[in-house]
Amino acid sequence: MLDISTLLNAFPGYIAQGAIWGIMALGLYISYRLLEFSDLTVDGSFATGAAVTVMLIIMGWPAWAAMIVAVIAGMLAGLVTGLLHTMLGIAPILAGILTQIALYSINLHILGNKPNQAVSVDKYDLILSLRTVNEAIVIALIFAAALIAAFYWFFGTEAGSAIRATGCNQAMAKAQGININFCKVFALALSNGIVALSGGLLAQYQGFSDVAIGRGAIVIGLASIIIGEVLAEAFFGKHMTFWLCLSSAVIGGILYYIIMGVVLWLKLPTNDMKLFTAIIVAIFLAVPYLKKNFKNSFFRLKLAEKKAAKEAGKNA
Amino acid sequence: MLDLKGIYKTFNPGSITEKKALQGIDLHLEDGDFVTIIGGNGAGKSTLLNAIAGVWPIDEGSIHLAGLDVTAVPEHKRAALLGRVFQDPMTGTAANMQIEENLALAARRGKKRGLGWEVTKAERAKYHDMLVSLDLGLEDRLSAKVGLLSGGQRQALTLMMATMVKPKLLLLDEHTAALDPKTAAKVLEITDKVINENKLTALMITHNMSDAIKHGNRLIMMNEGKIVYDVSGEEKKNLTVEDLMKKFSEVGGHFSDRAILG
Repeated sequence: MLDISTLLNAFPGYIAQGAIWGIMALGLYISYRLLEFSDLTVDGSFATGAAVTVMLIIMGWPAWAAMIVAVIAGMLAGLVTGLLHTMLGIAPILAGILTQIALYSINLHILGNKPNQAVSVDKYDLILSLRTVNEAIVIALIFAAALIAAFYWFFGTEAGSAIRATGCNQAMAKAQGININFCKVFALALSNGIVALSGGLLAQYQGFSDVAIGRGAIVIGLASIIIGEVLAEAFFGKHMTFWLCLSSAVIGGILYYIIMGVVLWLKLPTNDMKLFTAIIVAIFLAVPYLKKNFKNSFFRLKLAEKKAAKEAGKNA
Repeated sequence: MLDLKGIYKTFNPGSITEKKALQGIDLHLEDGDFVTIIGGNGAGKSTLLNAIAGVWPIDEGSIHLAGLDVTAVPEHKRAALLGRVFQDPMTGTAANMQIEENLALAARRGKKRGLGWEVTKAERAKYHDMLVSLDLGLEDRLSAKVGLLSGGQRQALTLMMATMVKPKLLLLDEHTAALDPKTAAKVLEITDKVINENKLTALMITHNMSDAIKHGNRLIMMNEGKIVYDVSGEEKKNLTVEDLMKKFSEVGGHFSDRAILG
């Protein structure tokens, strides 16, 4: 028997997790949307952020300081991917995969050669925890809002615009005197720093970090961006302002977790969760494409013909 | 202004696709020279402009621009001295960014890009006035994405972007070739105006021989990576398309029909 109240009780938790992953989606937005660089580093840098945060807190660091170090660690990961690509000529996807694989070992080392480490809210002063879920939602949303404001400012500056130009048209960027390699490396570092920040938040929220915490992060991040975009376009049309694009990524993250929550509530087997995730992301990626293709297809003309013939038949 | 000495460039050396694109180019441009470049396909025209722009390093020779040795200076740093317009209207502008953002990017060519606002209010007013002079109706569409513009509008915009920070040298790589004849004529007219008003030094590749004669004060013809004909002053003014055809067959070149008919 499906009981709607169990779903509703679990809702705040999904919102909190979704908001934290929404922050990750903001980081991914820099590489995926602004730089047009499919950066698979994030699976690794998310876990790095989680691992660094947890270990430093266990060592007695205050949570905020631990998270600053986590951000720096994530930025270093992005720096490595950027250098693999720009200095050594490795293709974007492969550069990201290499860093991600390397980070798996590094993350194990950070975690003291254990697959997971607990950081209990009873023992340590954490920034957020699932124990106080409503507070966690507010804190995650404050982080997201602060990041959106920072993005809005930075990508409106001269330096931020240079990064956007690099992502949009490299030949043009170079002709305007922009060092595109520097822009790429910088943007990737920034992106992975934010991804690591959200990793640190998730580890605190759930009270532990494990080495697989970032597995599939790229898919969840993409899902958040795409779900947010599809829905925002449905409400606001094609002309979306930058802050709306960013906000929709965070909202997309929350919606993704709510969808997953419903899937769980329907008692679908948890082993199949990754399969559902892939299907949901594939659907949301396909919708804008199919919509565009339909407008520009012979099939549409054929349908119109059939409809016209039908109406002509009716009138006759 | 521009001094090219003994420039050689070979693509894919040692392979079956080896292409000796530039084979000993010597060229000197005075301040204010407006040189048109003609030549058949594969003559090395675009390669020459790319060499000057620093798209890749040259194999041999030296490039001096405005008294500076730029031979070893990478493309994005050399950009401070150069304005460039490309054959493909898509190349010169960022389609996903607004008209004013594209202009603002160009306004900072050769300057440090810091954390100041990309488009200030004063700039917006300036861009509006600049676009009015272009007479393409773009002045009221400052916040429109450049991707929405036509090829001709994009080329005119690119031309403006290439010259708003006065370049030591303007490189025009067949910038009207992708446009319809009427639009091409309009963009060429704007080109002439911009070059004259700002007293720019320019190199312009064209496929159209009558355009090559009509515009500029000097004309060079390229064939197989070499400059085979160089004419200026009165002699250039009195050239005819037939003269150029004759000259060209003398050096063993082959023009496409388009160059003759255009």
